[in-house]
Amino acid sequence: MTEFEPKIVAFVCNWCTYAGADLTGTARIKYAPNVRIIRLPCTGRIDFMLVLKAFAGGADGVIVSGCHPGDCHYTAGNYHARRRWIVFRKLLDFVGFDIDRIHFAWVSAAEGAKWAEFVNAVTERIRQLGPFEDYHKLVALGNEPIEVA
Amino acid sequence: MDALRNKARDLLSDGSVQVVIGYGPGSVPDQARAVFLRRPEQVGALFFDDRCHQNLAVYLTKPEVKALGKPAIVGTPAILRSILQLAAENQIADGQVLALGVDGDGRVTELPDFKSIEDFLAPLPADLSPQEQEQLARIEAMSRSERWNYWIDQLSCCLRCYACRAACPLCYCGRCAVEANQPQWIPVAPHPRGVLEWHLARAMHLAGRCVNCGSCAKACPLGIPIHLLTQMLSQEVAKRFGLQAGRSAKREYVLGTFKPDDAEDFIR
Repeated sequence: MTEFEPKIVAFVCNWCTYAGADLTGTARIKYAPNVRIIRLPCTGRIDFMLVLKAFAGGADGVIVSGCHPGDCHYTAGNYHARRRWIVFRKLLDFVGFDIDRIHFAWVSAAEGAKWAEFVNAVTERIRQLGPFEDYHKLVALGNEPIEVA
Repeated sequence: MDALRNKARDLLSDGSVQVVIGYGPGSVPDQARAVFLRRPEQVGALFFDDRCHQNLAVYLTKPEVKALGKPAIVGTPAILRSILQLAAENQIADGQVLALGVDGDGRVTELPDFKSIEDFLAPLPADLSPQEQEQLARIEAMSRSERWNYWIDQLSCCLRCYACRAACPLCYCGRCAVEANQPQWIPVAPHPRGVLEWHLARAMHLAGRCVNCGSCAKACPLGIPIHLLTQMLSQEVAKRFGLQAGRSAKREYVLGTFKPDDAEDFIR
């Protein structure tokens, strides 16, 4: 049997982390290929439903990353996002959802190395945890086809 | 009860309100239902006892009820808290609703504006009942996988009838996210994934807005304790951000504001 390769979805903001990940590439820093980057205008745009959608689509882990506090292109999007995650993590934890599957970081456009390090660390963590059976089982019940919009 | 009927009769007779929203006899003896009284001679239908637990504030935002004219509404503490929260969200204007505060002794207090509602509520306890606190503590004491199994098991009988949404005075959106189908965020079938997503989305949308009236769980035909999700979040929001829903007609929305020093121990 082949080794388990985690499927990780990263929701990143256009202005900092996406540019940071770009820098990782330009600097030729090698990092785990398990991550699928989805670029959004701002962390403030990352609705909690997007995270649930990623897990419904078979993700084993989710990364959410954006500008450092104070650096938001839209002034305060990341501050709003931070509050939303505080509340959302609490809710997920309360229903017994494994919140170790969702990781957050501030990665600026200059932090290519941090991005590589962060993705590697998350990939390693998810690899240890194994496939997200709880959610995959739930999704597979009744064999409902999943339409990813 | 007589005090309530007399007050309703006076208000309707002198034209200071056009409709009285209260509790009247339901179709079975042990249940009460909402009644909308528009003429003084109808007030005999009104009563108030422990059968009356529906949150009547749910009607205040409905266009067909607004069309009846200025309402007076029988106000339990939960209903009054809902009115204040609706006011904080700019859904009702000051003086638009006359609340009739009722207490255990059958006294009726006229509350014409938000200030008087705030004063009426101020001495009353706002915390969860000991029973609710115990339920929350019991779930929080479980291990993570026990919590997951508990909720998946509880939610497995959800029919997606949305009675919880209909019963909630704060679920007043004209178009609900759950009905969005382009793209479809939440599957509409009563499938375990869609059910879980619906209840998570409902709780998130009510985060820090829920006034702990418990109507959602009472309305649930399957008896799922879904009120615990929103109550847990409102407790958490009060604890972390000091924002308590339904105590004041002027209040920030927890997810619409921020503090630069919000905790970020979970962010790398």
